[in-house]
Amino acid sequence: MKETKKSTSAGTDNKGGTYKLRLYVTGQTPNCITALTNLKKICEDHLKGKYQIEVIDLLENPQLAAGDQILAIPTLVRKLPPPLKKIIGNLSNTERVLVGLDLVPGR
Amino acid sequence: MARSIEKCPTGIPGLDEITGGGLPRGRPTLVCGGPGCGKTLLSMEFLVHGIEQFEEKGVYVTFEESPEELAANSASLGHDLDRLVAQKTLAIDYVHIDRSEIEETGEYNLEGLFIRLGLAIDAIGARRVVLDTIESLFTSLGSPFIVRAEIRRLFRWLKEKGVTAIITGERGETTLTRQGLEEYVSDCVIVLDHRLEGDISTRRLRVLKYRGSMHGTNAYPFIIDEQGISVMPITSLGLDHPASTDQVPTGIAGLDAMLAGKGYYRGSTVLISGTAGTGKTTIAASFADGCCRRQERVLYFCFEESREQIIRNMRSVGLDLAQWVDRGLLRFHTARSTLHGLEMHLAMIIRGVREFRPQAVVLDPITTFGLIGRSAETKAMLVRLVDYLKTNQITTILNSLTVGGQPLESSEAGISSLADTWLMLRDVESSGERNSLMYVLKSRGLAHSNQVREFLITDRGIQLMDVYVGPGGVLSGAARLAQEAREEAEHRARQQEIERLKLDVERKRKVMETQVEALHAQFEAEEAEILRAIKDAEAKQEHLRQDREKMALKRQAKVTP
Repeated sequence: MKETKKSTSAGTDNKGGTYKLRLYVTGQTPNCITALTNLKKICEDHLKGKYQIEVIDLLENPQLAAGDQILAIPTLVRKLPPPLKKIIGNLSNTERVLVGLDLVPGR
Repeated sequence: MARSIEKCPTGIPGLDEITGGGLPRGRPTLVCGGPGCGKTLLSMEFLVHGIEQFEEKGVYVTFEESPEELAANSASLGHDLDRLVAQKTLAIDYVHIDRSEIEETGEYNLEGLFIRLGLAIDAIGARRVVLDTIESLFTSLGSPFIVRAEIRRLFRWLKEKGVTAIITGERGETTLTRQGLEEYVSDCVIVLDHRLEGDISTRRLRVLKYRGSMHGTNAYPFIIDEQGISVMPITSLGLDHPASTDQVPTGIAGLDAMLAGKGYYRGSTVLISGTAGTGKTTIAASFADGCCRRQERVLYFCFEESREQIIRNMRSVGLDLAQWVDRGLLRFHTARSTLHGLEMHLAMIIRGVREFRPQAVVLDPITTFGLIGRSAETKAMLVRLVDYLKTNQITTILNSLTVGGQPLESSEAGISSLADTWLMLRDVESSGERNSLMYVLKSRGLAHSNQVREFLITDRGIQLMDVYVGPGGVLSGAARLAQEAREEAEHRARQQEIERLKLDVERKRKVMETQVEALHAQFEAEEAEILRAIKDAEAKQEHLRQDREKMALKRQAKVTP
């Protein structure tokens, strides 16, 4: 309940809120490597100091795929702040990633 | 290498017959059709039967319905999915993507789906997989090129895994599936559809293609009921059914006598036709009663009366059908003909027969099907039904209601050729009453009576009577009784006449004999008289001769020179 309240305030401008991001990959495929590189860069540029990245390799933990309804690889999931957001692909379009993370206003 | 494709039985009645044993093992099969045509159900049955009958575990990947919805829907068909999941024989994975929460940025693949599927398959050791409906990926993901490539890869991957898979697809405008999945699944394609004909819908299934295997090509009707799907592969039966020489009594002694003394051939088709109220149902019920007495099972389909109605009505003619129902020998199946389409009726009848395995079937009346189909269709349906029943050596009674005013024979030209034995019931109206006559119009392979018989429906069943043919036609009912009385009187009169003539001749003989005696006596008297006269005459003659000698002696000189 508390979290939900926080999220509504954090949703509009999330100063102070921590971004908990989870990137699903399958081993070291080119797309996965690109995605992780892109993600790190975007976070450093836009979320410095208030983000947390968790990389989940489904080849090692396949059972984790169902929980977040993962189909596409790579998929970035914004666990916090809510609402849950998913961004699929190698994150090569920074603009779209920022939209997806609610860091810039949507289209 | 000439090796036929290995089949993976679906366990769905009929489908395995059409496909010659089931779906291609280790390959994907596409099942497509419009909304509500039974794709999900067919897929689920494939898995559940696989688990329950063939010990093959299954994975169900649902893209549209949640596992809860799926379980609820399947429960209505008697499948307890939760139990199967708990037993680890079934795994359900709900793949759900909400387009609104997804942003696409650059290249990706669907490895996540592969991993989930692979995990589910390996976790329980599944041999069967259903993907229902994989086409939703196209609407949830923005890049059709990637989805297409990945689906192609998925099918290849499924083949490598060696699982038998069903992939469902929604029917498209011009293509089999909206996204052209048929391009990727080339081994076996099954099309389901749902057709409306005159407000009555019929479900049909067609095996569009089956690479490397023979298969039935027709659109086969199928039904979905509380026992799931059954397909009815009943179109192309040959005429190779066995012909029994065994005869089954008709349940009516007089009728047996008309049919070479023993009754119908087992497995033959008997058509009983007649106008309303001629006793068709009673004859059919008598047969059913007779069968049950011999501990044979009878399945009675009524399309116009309820079970209770028939039992009550037959009790009034001394047939207690309720006892056979209680003992499980007689089963009634009642449905208004307009309830389903022809195909559905056929399917229901055949399902009933498969379940109950009766020795005899009664359809009362078949003419009611004319209400729901064109006559050619009705006939085609009956041909298939009769073929099916014959192949199973089931004696079949078809009751047919003929419309008054038409020549009986011509009005039924359509179905009469189906019948091996044709009993015609006819009403004859004379002397202010209606009476029922019966004759055997034909009976293939039986030396049957050519006689027209009157039959009486009494409180002890049906009795056949002889009929009288008079100048105005056959006599029946009161006219027959009158004729009987008249003949009796005539008979008596003739008897008396004979007696009279016999006495007459006796009397004449006596007269004659008396006369003969009198003549005889007279003759004797006259004879004596005559003999005496002869003697006298002879004596006189002698005397005269002696006198003449004496005289000659005296006149010696004169007479003798």
